Amino acid sequence: MNLLLLIAIPLVTAVLVLLVRNAVQVRWVSLLGATAQLVLAFVLFFAFRQQRIDGNAADMLFQLQYNWFPSWHISFHLGVDGISVAMILLTAFVVIAGVLVSWNVEKMTKEFYFLLILLSLGAYGFFVSLDLFVLFFFLEIAVIPKYLLIGVWGSGRKEYSANKLALMLMGGSVLVLVGILAMYYNAPGRSADIQTLARSVISPEVQKICFPLLFVGFGVFTALFPFHTWVPDGHSSAPTAGSMFLAGISMKLGGYGCLRVATYLLHDAAKDYSTPIIVLSVIAILYGAFATMMQKDLKYINAYSSISHCGFVLLGIGMMTKTSMTGTVMQMVSHGLMTALFFAVIGMIYERTHTRQVSEMGGLLKTMPFISTMLFIVGLCSLGLPGLSGFAAEMTVFMGSWENPDTFSRVATILSCLSLVVTAVYILRAVTKTAMGPLKPEFAALTDARWNEKLAAIILVAGILAVGTAPFWLNDLVNPATQLIKDALNLQPPID
Amino acid sequence: MLNATYISLIPLLPLAGFVLLGLFGRKYFKNTSGIIGTGLMLVSAVLALYTAYGYFFEYGKADGVYQKLVPLKYTWLEFGKGLSIDMGIVLDPISVMMLVVVTFISLMVHIYSLGYLKGEERFPTYYAYLGLFTFSMLGLVMSSNIFQIYIFWELVGVSSFLLIGYYYDKPSAVAACKKAFIVTRFADVGFLIGILILSFYSGTLDFNTLIAALTSPESSEYKTAVTASFLGISALSWGLILVFVGGAGKSAMFPLHIWLPDAMEGPTPVSALIHAATMVVAGVFLVARLFPVFAISSPGALSVVAYVGAISAFIAAIIACTQTDIKRVLAYSTMSQIGYMMFALGVSGYGGENGLGYTASMFHLFTHAMFKALLFLGAGAVIHFIHSNEMKDMGGLRKYLPITHITFLIACLAIAGVPPFAGFFSKEEILLAAYHHNQAIYWMALITSALTAFYMFRLYFSIFWNKEQQPHGEHHGEGGFAMMMPLVLLAIGAAAAGFIPFGHYVSSDGKTLETAFHLSFSIAPVALGLAGIFLAMWMYKSQTDKPEKIAASLGGLYKAAYHKFYIDELYLFITHKIIFNLIGRPAAWFDKVVVDGLVNLAGNTTTKIAETIKGFQSGKVQQYALYFLVGVIGLAVLFIYVWK
Amino acid sequence: MTEPGLYHLLFISAALFFIGVYGFFTRRNLVTMLMSVELVLNSVNLNFIAFNKYLWPNRLDGVFFTIFIIAIAAAEAAVAIAIIINLYRSHQSIDVENAEELKY
Repeated sequence: MNLLLLIAIPLVTAVLVLLVRNAVQVRWVSLLGATAQLVLAFVLFFAFRQQRIDGNAADMLFQLQYNWFPSWHISFHLGVDGISVAMILLTAFVVIAGVLVSWNVEKMTKEFYFLLILLSLGAYGFFVSLDLFVLFFFLEIAVIPKYLLIGVWGSGRKEYSANKLALMLMGGSVLVLVGILAMYYNAPGRSADIQTLARSVISPEVQKICFPLLFVGFGVFTALFPFHTWVPDGHSSAPTAGSMFLAGISMKLGGYGCLRVATYLLHDAAKDYSTPIIVLSVIAILYGAFATMMQKDLKYINAYSSISHCGFVLLGIGMMTKTSMTGTVMQMVSHGLMTALFFAVIGMIYERTHTRQVSEMGGLLKTMPFISTMLFIVGLCSLGLPGLSGFAAEMTVFMGSWENPDTFSRVATILSCLSLVVTAVYILRAVTKTAMGPLKPEFAALTDARWNEKLAAIILVAGILAVGTAPFWLNDLVNPATQLIKDALNLQPPID
Repeated sequence: MLNATYISLIPLLPLAGFVLLGLFGRKYFKNTSGIIGTGLMLVSAVLALYTAYGYFFEYGKADGVYQKLVPLKYTWLEFGKGLSIDMGIVLDPISVMMLVVVTFISLMVHIYSLGYLKGEERFPTYYAYLGLFTFSMLGLVMSSNIFQIYIFWELVGVSSFLLIGYYYDKPSAVAACKKAFIVTRFADVGFLIGILILSFYSGTLDFNTLIAALTSPESSEYKTAVTASFLGISALSWGLILVFVGGAGKSAMFPLHIWLPDAMEGPTPVSALIHAATMVVAGVFLVARLFPVFAISSPGALSVVAYVGAISAFIAAIIACTQTDIKRVLAYSTMSQIGYMMFALGVSGYGGENGLGYTASMFHLFTHAMFKALLFLGAGAVIHFIHSNEMKDMGGLRKYLPITHITFLIACLAIAGVPPFAGFFSKEEILLAAYHHNQAIYWMALITSALTAFYMFRLYFSIFWNKEQQPHGEHHGEGGFAMMMPLVLLAIGAAAAGFIPFGHYVSSDGKTLETAFHLSFSIAPVALGLAGIFLAMWMYKSQTDKPEKIAASLGGLYKAAYHKFYIDELYLFITHKIIFNLIGRPAAWFDKVVVDGLVNLAGNTTTKIAETIKGFQSGKVQQYALYFLVGVIGLAVLFIYVWK
Repeated sequence: MTEPGLYHLLFISAALFFIGVYGFFTRRNLVTMLMSVELVLNSVNLNFIAFNKYLWPNRLDGVFFTIFIIAIAAAEAAVAIAIIINLYRSHQSIDVENAEELKY
């Protein structure tokens, strides 16, 4: 399994999208590329599993290393572990669904698809890179297209949102870059290679400075309170596929970075900072949930609920047990699939009713049974119904958090459990108001989903069910990787 | 032999029905979906009976004690060593008993719905939901793992939500399904935290290991769980009480009962299945499942169960006397009867003669499932005939609905505890257990039993006697064979189930429990029950103004009971006024104004500063030169005088 | 009447410099400003020559520099006049106040 393929396919697709002649060809080329990538992601998953079954216990599999800037010890180093594989699968699912729901984009189709594919390229590269500079390089590739996607194809206050999002994410990346540079210069032997850094000893003083930089930097991406305000505005202004990518992929870049870079490499400082992380994530969980309760626009509801759900991602990291970190990864996968589906459904509804205000909806189950059923599924997933992905992920986070016996962690866990009720309140309010109740006369003539929308929704539901009904495969996939991080956290800090 | 393959088919067949009808029902099985669902349910019920026979009479017993068999178990999600969610099947007396009850009542409801919902547009969806519910309920009762029970707990919750909201274009149904879900969800959080506590102290999620670890006083798990305490109550008691909160939510115990009367917005067969016979007793089942831990390790938590049960039974009975919607009367009666089961568990001890309450509770669960399902299905037949839920629209129906009339009467006699109907035996045992253990609860239960007889016969006389029904042309008689057959079968159950020697099969420790029958003890409850019946007859047999007069003389008490003691209003106040206004709105405001404001402030400040300093770039060459000169002079001064 | 010394020359040079600077700041006419710049350059030239003569009479560095500056001043004048002519063509004026498109 050559990991370069994962980067090459989106690259080739993006170039082809620019070369072909009309919008129809653009769509099919993108779909073909996304399908190939999905197949490749599955091949990677099974190849990875096979390697693990065969007893290959290396930290990172399928490694590739090319010189990039030899004089600075920067190399183009790729490799995957369980977390990366899970994230790549998630990305592949979201990308193909995003390509499918954008089938009707008429405005500058070619550029739109080019940017989508470019964004996915950044995400794939990010998840496979093992050198911090390469990782940062791909992170930036994943940020820039979002600005254009929102600014050009968005709706509402799109310029404001695009600026806000781009500036906040750029601010986050700057913090990340500073953190990476600080690590690079303070690591023995000047290296930015993740595996080298993991083995080398970085002094606690340096870690103390680097960790907040990296954690907050990545945290901006994953809606760390109080750096979350780009989320509601960005999502609500973005085009449907843009919101899907933003919530399904971009927010995961942050979670992955917090786990892989901040926590794994700076494990001594991570332990010292666990209390503020837990406090911030619990605030995000509850505060996001309560703020969602007051929203009236479907996209805002989902965006604010994302803040709450991503709080679980950070809570799992902050609790720093193996189970909680596995829960973090599961929550990232689950939230990615679920929120992508939610935005897709909202997009479908908006396209037909021309409104996103919950109060103006009613009885859509009658005219759009498919879309409404999807809305139910995604709503139930969001409020953590067993059998759908949210439950397994949240329970793993809770069980992992509960392993810490101190009162502080206990209280934090219980408080975050309470968000389950609040989630039920706002999800049910939105879903029942939209799909149930008497049908509004102006919606009587609306049509149900088209083939591309159905296919997109089914692909995402398949993912949600795969995680929800049989979470053990994901658990088995991720566990060795989180065990590795846990082992790093268990190391004693050097005495000097 | 008790083979895991066919036992696992019992829940999986309804699930198959759900998947099949849910995906393809609307297209391919528009008319046949009812038959498909019922057929699958029939196979499942037969398998359940076969399993029960095998368990109770052939393989279940070893050395005179019913064993806990675990024919199937696989790991679903592993958290750490010993700590995993397993999907498994456990067979013990209560789970096998529940297996029979659930499949039997579900089958009856499946058959009944064939007639009741004939011609509905969303027929396939209805049967799909029924299949989902039956699957979840069966999964719940067979759970081998406390997290598995939680999973199916949530799934029955969602099926209940879907079925209450079946008439989705009716705003009251939508509100009711939402309310049911959210209230039970609130309770489930307690359950979840309870699970977390218990799992932490026992180090396992598996029921068998958990019970073993937390009931033997020598084990280290037990010692830490009992010594660790919070607010003066041991961690173990906290865990159990929180688990019981979950059970109380699902079983509509006071004060979490507010969703149950509203849940009557669902189709009546659904109320019979979910909100009378099966799902609402899940809370009782949960306490029974963890009973050894409650009884041996935490008598405090058990007495909480007892008092909550007794209070619920009493309050619900009072409210039931004043309601006019027949389904709501039945809903409160359900709540009251479940209260009976709860406090029966609460007053029970573990093992031998002390375990009478446990047996009685399970016995009452069993008989209650029969007669309450019958009552609901009978009420369904009445509603089907009258097209109204209100008592004032009814009366004199005994002529038009003879079979419904007889079966309804049997059910009323059973619930009122008149010998020799089923309810008499189970209620007798409960009262006996309460009498020996806790006098206060015994007296409350006794009054409740009189009230029960009164409101049930108030219902009976108002529907079938009272004023004469004006014949109008469109009467289509009773609902046909599909609707009558379940009524008759259930009536047989309600009449005869009391003669089952229940103690031989179900007891707290698995050993045979001989339940003695004390004639002298039965006099008081039976006499009170008959008094209630005669009072109802006096007031409601014919149309008079007696009920109004009595209601007027009771004044405030009647009004409070009629308005369900204003508990709904209290909840509304807490949720809307306090949570929405004091937490939700400030949070949204804080986000919009403070957090977002800070971000915008940062942006605006940057712009302002840029605006201010851009004037330097005036485009006037001579100004630039002047800056240059000033700079040079400044530097010169610095170099010459400061940094010499 | 004594021979003029170094200080006299430096005085003249400084006066010339500040006259040039003053002219550069106050004149609006670009040609006059160019002339002022020439004055500043020539004051520097005078400085070089004066220091060369009085401090290191045996060396020629100052003279070289002066010649160098005169050459550069010529080139600069050529470029500047070209710019001024172009500016006149586009703005019909050689007033420096009118050429402020490069602001902000």
